[in-house]
Amino acid sequence: MAEKLLEVKNLKQYFNEGKSSEVRAIDGISFDIYRGETFGLVGESGCGKSTTGRTIIRLYDATDGEVLYDGVSVHANKSKSEVKELNQKMQMIFQDPYASLNPRMKVLDIIAEGLDIHGLVKNAKERKQKVVELLETVGLNKEHADRYPHEFSGGQRQRIGIARALAVNPEFIIADEPISALDVSIQAQVVNLLRDLQKEKGLTYLFIAHDLSMVKYISDRIGVMYFGKLVELAPADELYKNPLHPYTKSLLSAIPLPDPIYERSRVRQPYDPKKHHYGENEKIEFREVTPGHFVLCSEKEFKEMKAQVQ
Amino acid sequence: MEKILQVKDLELSFHTFAGEVKAIRGVSFDLNKGETLAIVGESGSGKSVTTKSIMRLLPESSSEFKNGEILFNGKDLTKLPDKEMQKIRGKEISMIFQDPMTSLNPTMTIGKQVMEPILKHQKVSKPKAKEVAIELLKMVGIPNAENRFKMYPHQFSGGQRQRIVIAIALACNPKVLIADEPTTALDVTIQAQILELMKDIQKKVDTSIIFITHDLGVVANVADRVAVMYGGRIVEVGTVDEIFYNPQHPYTWGLLSSMPSMDLMEEKLYAIPGTPPDLLNPPTGDAFAPRSEYALKIDLEQAPPFFKVSETHYAATWLLHPNAPKVDPPQTIIERMKTFRGSRYYEEATGGDS
Repeated sequence: MAEKLLEVKNLKQYFNEGKSSEVRAIDGISFDIYRGETFGLVGESGCGKSTTGRTIIRLYDATDGEVLYDGVSVHANKSKSEVKELNQKMQMIFQDPYASLNPRMKVLDIIAEGLDIHGLVKNAKERKQKVVELLETVGLNKEHADRYPHEFSGGQRQRIGIARALAVNPEFIIADEPISALDVSIQAQVVNLLRDLQKEKGLTYLFIAHDLSMVKYISDRIGVMYFGKLVELAPADELYKNPLHPYTKSLLSAIPLPDPIYERSRVRQPYDPKKHHYGENEKIEFREVTPGHFVLCSEKEFKEMKAQVQ
Repeated sequence: MEKILQVKDLELSFHTFAGEVKAIRGVSFDLNKGETLAIVGESGSGKSVTTKSIMRLLPESSSEFKNGEILFNGKDLTKLPDKEMQKIRGKEISMIFQDPMTSLNPTMTIGKQVMEPILKHQKVSKPKAKEVAIELLKMVGIPNAENRFKMYPHQFSGGQRQRIVIAIALACNPKVLIADEPTTALDVTIQAQILELMKDIQKKVDTSIIFITHDLGVVANVADRVAVMYGGRIVEVGTVDEIFYNPQHPYTWGLLSSMPSMDLMEEKLYAIPGTPPDLLNPPTGDAFAPRSEYALKIDLEQAPPFFKVSETHYAATWLLHPNAPKVDPPQTIIERMKTFRGSRYYEEATGGDS
């Protein structure tokens, strides 16, 4: 397979560590993201998927574990210039297009902020020209540069957020629920835009969402998170056709589809973590059931799943 | 079937500094007893405003009923004095709001909030009201309701808060329940639980529900009938099967095909081009025409009337006029329809077409 761009190794993120209020938001997860692919991360709110994205981009310091970007550790001590270099390669698109744009800045300055910080433009003329180019890339036009965020609709704001992320020519973009605040028809526009940009610029995405149907559509591989742990990881089609972990099955069975006849017969499978009956010295590990399809399970469950697949 | 609520030719405008925003431009629909009517459409299509006008929750200083009536129990709600309206609001017609985080009062115990409508609308003593409230909380699935009665909203999860909001809405056994995107803020698994709860309760207390959402999956799950709104008008209305398997309006086509399906793997997701109309200067013809590739010349000049597709199915598009050129829906939609068991396009595609 392709070259690894990002390696997450046994990453842990505990908040209020050591106190009684300790929260294990991420509890030892590992996965790789390959260059040029879209990796989808799904799960319910509070499962740690956004924390994972934010920790990868160093908005949080990790409690334990490692994130390697192109072989370089993200969380190791770094000089300012090294951090800057990394920040140029990795960018983020945030969930809420209303909260993630500074209401007092013009769109021109919002998008150009990264250009200024990284010294990518020489003068005001070039700066403006670059911003106009970016606006056109995301389907807006140059008149929009001198406006303020409140003058835009949700979908347009998310496009501004995308333009800002693209400004510094990143290789890797973390999109944290970029479409969940948008209308259905606008969601499709933004998803198509992200896909077109990926093809054009060879971008790699980490796409975080709770809307499984959209994630399946955009992702090459998908990881499912539950309470800070990655419970299943598989190619997108495989995950939907042959979900193996009971939590994934439960999550898939809860999605309503735009098909009334199917809806009348859909049975939701609730997930109860107690059903696993793990023994005390059973090792719960991430195991590869079929090539590329990993499940968090015990040795016994692993054998059962293997039998079930064949 | 008994009609519990009738909206006729409703027109409503907001007066803003920029001018008059015609948010609802002639909406008519009936709500039958015991049914769930889903209203779908993009933000700004007027779906929330329509239901808020039924509840009379819009600011009277800036909104104005221009025309039409809302008939409930033989009374026109648009003309009712405030005092009369207060007797209906929360008792006969009640509402579940989108965001359970903001629709509960953070400084009041949830018990008090559930008791509030009971004390207000029913002549009962406080202990009796408390009994009823605990019963309601149990019905909506709050475990340990007696002990949690004195807790505050922040001590509950999002799904539980929405259950409490539902309990408040059901407190007086309303005849009509308006649910404005009740599950949009929730996770899929919690959403599934809340939808199941609403369906169970509907069976138990036989209330009629108006369900507003933009999630077509949810619509397919809960609705008996569907009304599709666009630009302040209803553009198509029919039973849930008719809307999903035999849609007629290009906007409904667009909405249906912009949902990614689970089995199909298209290269590109269909996106409705452009943005919703500006209702400060609403277009003269079919409001969707500027975004529609199926727009006819007349669409830009004259608003289409409702054409009858079946007894229960009506669509406002000139494409249904006998003289209109015959067009097939976009290929992606026909393809999509083929995967829908029971679709009429499915039969046509395999049967007669030669």
